[in-house]
Amino acid sequence: MLEFEVRGLDFAAVGEASGTIKRTLQQVGMDASLVRRVAVCAFEVETNIVIHAHRGVVRARISPRQVVVEGEDEGPGIPDLEAAMREGFSTAPAYIREMGFGAGMGFSNMRRCADHMEVSTQVGKGTRVRLVIEASGS
Amino acid sequence: MNLKTVIERLGLEVLTGADHLGREVTGGYVSDLLSDVMANAVAGQLWLTIQTHQNVVAVASLANLAGVVITSGKKPDAETLQRAEGEGVVIMRSPYPTFRVAGELWGLLGGAS
Repeated sequence: MLEFEVRGLDFAAVGEASGTIKRTLQQVGMDASLVRRVAVCAFEVETNIVIHAHRGVVRARISPRQVVVEGEDEGPGIPDLEAAMREGFSTAPAYIREMGFGAGMGFSNMRRCADHMEVSTQVGKGTRVRLVIEASGS
Repeated sequence: MNLKTVIERLGLEVLTGADHLGREVTGGYVSDLLSDVMANAVAGQLWLTIQTHQNVVAVASLANLAGVVITSGKKPDAETLQRAEGEGVVIMRSPYPTFRVAGELWGLLGGAS
């Protein structure tokens, strides 16, 4: 299992977790389409923590049949999960949007790339995301 | 068409990754939204953007893009260049706006994706 600590607003570190996960999958010879779907999921999980949370972890559990990507953070939680799932909905501040983040595409990208997605959140505590990407679905 | 030829034909300035110009360019993608590029750009495409910060490098690398063209003569941050060299990401620059660069690239590649 790979595990990475992610700090809120640490934009310099965006890509460390997802990049390492991607390279690991390439090294073990995973199919290119699976690698891309996992990379998208890991990038969006990682980015959400950096934009919205105080701190968190990103994990990847790799097996020949599937990859599980998890994000668990301490942060504000998501008050309206239904809205957050809608493409285009974002609570990211303007300066973060100007960097090209916070387009409200995170959860929809995860949903599109993962075969299974679970999100649990508690306002004032944090958010947990679990994504399963199946090798056979590629 | 390889990246070196595209660079010559579009008059791009190479800022990083000069050792990786043999890469094949399969098309182009225009966006300034990182999640959009992650979702929709296809490996081998050239990414045209006005974003200049270091996360551009992470996205280009994650999506296996042929390279990044920063348009409108914008100057990438020092961290962006440093990170791009480290990760083997080719960053180029054009003085022209994205619309013009995309138009020229389209003409060059014959409307490939």
